[in-house]
This record gives sequence, structure tokens and C-alpha cells, in this order.
Amino acid sequence: MEKELRLMKGNEAVAEAAIRAGADGYFGYPITPQSEILEYLMGANPMETTGMIVLQAESEVAAINMVYGGAGCGKKVMTTSSSPGISLKQEGITYIAGSELPCLIVNVVRGGPGLGTIQPAQSDYFQAVKGGGHGDYHLIVLAPASVQEMADFVDLGFELAFKYRNPVMMLSDGAIGQMMEKVWLSPQKERSKTVPEWATTGKPPTRERNIITSLELNPDNQEKFNQKLVEKYNRIRENEVRFEEFQCSDADYLLVAYGTSARICQKSVQLARAEGLKAGLLRPITLFPFPSKRIREIADKVSLMVSVEMSAGQMVEDVLLSVNGKVPVYHFGRMGGIIPTPDEVVAFLKSKIIGG
Amino acid sequence: MAEVTGIKEIIKPENLVYKRTGVMTDETLHYCPGCGHGTVHRILAEIIDEEGLQSETIGITPVGCSVFLYHYLDIDCQEAAHGRAPALATAIKRLLPDKFVFTYQGDGDLAAIGTSETIHACNRGENFLIIFINNGIYGMTGGQMAPTTLPGMKSSTSPFGRDVKTMGNPLKMTDIVATLPGTYYVTRQSVHTPANVRKTKKAIRKAVQYQKLNKGTCFVEVVSNCPSNWKMTPVQANKWMEENMFPFYPLGDLKDPEKQTAEQK
Repeated sequence: MEKELRLMKGNEAVAEAAIRAGADGYFGYPITPQSEILEYLMGANPMETTGMIVLQAESEVAAINMVYGGAGCGKKVMTTSSSPGISLKQEGITYIAGSELPCLIVNVVRGGPGLGTIQPAQSDYFQAVKGGGHGDYHLIVLAPASVQEMADFVDLGFELAFKYRNPVMMLSDGAIGQMMEKVWLSPQKERSKTVPEWATTGKPPTRERNIITSLELNPDNQEKFNQKLVEKYNRIRENEVRFEEFQCSDADYLLVAYGTSARICQKSVQLARAEGLKAGLLRPITLFPFPSKRIREIADKVSLMVSVEMSAGQMVEDVLLSVNGKVPVYHFGRMGGIIPTPDEVVAFLKSKIIGG
Repeated sequence: MAEVTGIKEIIKPENLVYKRTGVMTDETLHYCPGCGHGTVHRILAEIIDEEGLQSETIGITPVGCSVFLYHYLDIDCQEAAHGRAPALATAIKRLLPDKFVFTYQGDGDLAAIGTSETIHACNRGENFLIIFINNGIYGMTGGQMAPTTLPGMKSSTSPFGRDVKTMGNPLKMTDIVATLPGTYYVTRQSVHTPANVRKTKKAIRKAVQYQKLNKGTCFVEVVSNCPSNWKMTPVQANKWMEENMFPFYPLGDLKDPEKQTAEQK
């Protein structure tokens, strides 16, 4: 089967990609700017074709706990939401991480805090990358910068989730979720018939019972479990770092940006270079694990870095930690649902080159 | 010597009249003396065993005293966050429609923090069984007021008794879910006397059999005690339960398709 070319919104691409990835279940709750995902799936009615369950839950809390239940059965399950809804899901996400279960969570980020705005933002970086819920845990965080990647990262997300038995978050934003682009869709995959050995599907006489839990009252055992998670996160750091470089080889100045900001910065690099400023862009594709090693290498070659984010400055902390004082690191960002223009980024870069 | 030989004579397999059911593990129950949880666990294990459902069952355990249900039942289990068991069960039953899925929840879990999940799962008529243990108190955390605590009843967070003007009235969740078209069988039982144990077993068996019909949610409340946090002996607690809990939470079927008139069906 060949790939199929379609013109779609990012949100629709996620929904269609979920069906084609052979997902077993989607559990959602409406919230702007991502309601198209649930709407698309309800309209597509994949129960009739692939057998995929689509359910509108009574709340984001219920939806993520449905994902928790489904994931415990070893099924490919997912949920999507936007910032305020993702906050509600944090309880379930930490239980899923603590029970070492695979699932996909998509956050089509809007500005906050609180109800905030329905316009795009990147202000949930800390929540996605540093934990979000209680306890020591990490999600694998994928940051799409196009409608194509919103589709591709559904499949990749499930693959990584099952590889590491860890929840994966796709951290998108309202711009990529709402905009339409051409997208190549993968052919339909069969839903998996494989039952993981840890899944709760009813205990046959041939095996011990399977228990999905995050509870351990013995501190020694709990610490051992925490250590096991740390080792897993280190394996992920070692093997799953993904990023893209744009004109970095001869750059004197490095922009670091993901998602929508990375698309703006690509233009900014071109504008800066037209003015004789050798700018480059590093776009992290995985936010956890973060491309720290590569940024540290580039720090030997550039004179400054700017983390461009639609936030008050969140990813900049990881850039600072990566650079570890080698070169100055600045943050430039717009907030409240405003997307920076390429010119604004260049103007900021210039002010730091002159000022610095 | 003669006496010892006598005992050995008696404990022959052919003389066996009562034994640990195969679905219960060897683990020692952690429950307080007189608590109803152990009895309900045993009933559930017996029914899973007798109905041949061990390989078909997925249990969702709650947060609270019965959090370690999965230590005692030899079946696949998932541990839910406080109150969320019906959400997990919804997904599990939808994804594995041929399996027998149940939740086991206390009153804090089901009637306070999990009110929404409970009502909506019942309203959608999800095809699983909810076992609801109501002892009018938070046991595990040390005897705080529950949504089902009776008016005037003392607890560590209602030390002068539950004042309904400021603390609200006890919530009759079983009565609420019985009004929903999604529920198929709703009953309220107890396990404080041998006769009631038999009735509860009959009710849970009925619920398990109804479950196979996929006609809606089955809901079995067991009005129970908490000698430790009620600060009573087990005997006093059962007497207090009969005199105070049963008038407010009367035992019996609230909804049973067998008893419905043709019109109701």
C-alpha cells in the first residue's frame, strides 16, 4: 500500500493517523483548540472498520483514567487535550508512568495560566518535560513542527511508548493543530493481536496473575523501583534524542526553538543571513530527552544562543544547563497567544550581538 | 498418640466440608477484627471460582482499606487512583468485551471523589459490576467523615457529630444509580450474619450472571462496619449498624429485571 496525500488540519491528521496506526482506543473530552480530533474520530467511526474504540468521557480526568485502564490491558490507547485539560490529566499520567504503561497523550497547547486563551502557546514545556504530576518521572516528549509531524508522531509515539513501557506526550500547539497543510498518510496498519506478558487480560492457569499498580509501601522496594525508572530514563536519553539542524555548520549565532517557533526561526535565520549575520537553528524534536550533547558541542563554535519560545522562558533553562556557561544564552518569546514574527527574532538577535 | 491419630483420621480429603477457595491466595488478610471486607473478598473469590471465571476476570481495586485486594485474589488486577475505578473499568470492558470486569470501591472512593466516574459509567450502562462497600467512614486514613456518614455520627473530622447544616446529608449513591436507565441490577446487602452472607453471595452471583448479558451496569452495595474507627467491638459495631445504618440504608433490591413488570421492562 502506498502513502496517501491529503490536505488536513494538524488535529485531523492526528485523528486519521491514530486510526491508521492501528490504535485500539481513543478517550477524549472536548476543549479548544483540539476538539476536531474527537469530532473527526466520532465521524470516521473506526469501530466499523478497524474496531477502534472512540469514547467521549465525562471529563479529562475520566478520559486519562480510561487510557490507564486500556493501557493496562496492553492496548494501544491515547487521549488528546489542550492545556487546562492536560492539567486535569496529570493525576492519571503520573499513575501511568508509575505503573510503567505505554500510551500516547497529545497536548495542543494554548496560552495560560488558568483558562488563559485559546490561542497557541508553548507555555506547557515545564509541565510536559519536567514531570507535570507528582513523583519522579519523565514522559518522552515529541514536538511536531508541521501537520506532517503531527501525523508521523502518532506512530512514533506508540512505538516509543511500547519500547520503553512509558507514556509519550506529543507537545503541539494551537497553531499546528489548527493550520492546514498537505500530509502524507501512512497506509492502514492492522491492530496488534499481540498481548504483552504484563497485560491484565484475565489470568490463565499457565501464568501468575498480573497486577498493574504504582503502590509500594516498603521504602527499600520503592527506592529500587525509582532507581529502575532512572535507569530507563537514562537509556532513553542515550538512544532517543532527535533534533534537526538548519544552517548550523558555519553559524556564529544559534537559535534554539521547537514547534511553531522553530518554523518562525527558520525564516529568521534566512533574514539574518541576508544581512550578513551567520545564524543557525537547532530544532529539538524530542524535548525529553533534550539534545543537550549537541547544543554543548555547538556552544564551542558560536558566540551566543537564543532560545525562542512562545512562553516566559522555559526551554531556555535546558539550553542554559546544556551550555553550562560556555556562551551567553538569552530567551526571546511572546506570550498570551501571540506568535513572534521572524523580524522580531532577528531584531532581538541583533540587539544581543551589539549589546553583548 | 491416640488423639493425634484421631485428628489425622478426620482431616482426610473425603471429610472436607470447608476450605480456602482456590481463587484466594495464601496471603494473610490485613483487615481489622470484625471488618466486613474479608467476607466480601471471600464471597467474590468463591463466585469467580464456582462460575469458572478466574481466567476471564479483571478486577479494579480502589484506594482505601481494600487497596490490597489484589494481594488476596488470584486474578489479574489493576489499581486505580482514588475514585477512578469505573473509568478504568469502562475502557477495559470496551477493549475486552468478552471478559468479566468488576470494581471494588469504598464509600469515600465511590461516593465522594469518584461520584462523577460512578454516575457516568452507570449512566452509559457500562457492562461491568461495581461492588460498593459502605461503612460510613474513611477507614484507611483513620476514621474521617465520609459522604455516607450518618447525621450526628462522630468521626475524626466531625468530632461533635455530622451536622447536616454545614456538612451536608449522607449521599445515597445506590438510590441515585438505581434511577439511571444504564443500570440493570442494583441491590443493597450486608455480611454481618450468616444469613446475610448467603444473601450477599446470591446477589453477587446474580450480578455476575447478569453481567454476561451485557445489558448494563450491575451495582451491589454492601452496608458494612468499621469497628476500629467506630471505636466499638465487632459485636457492638454490628448491633449499631443494624440499629442506625439499616434504617437509613435499607437492605434489599432497588432494581432487579426479574422483578420488573412487563411495563417497566
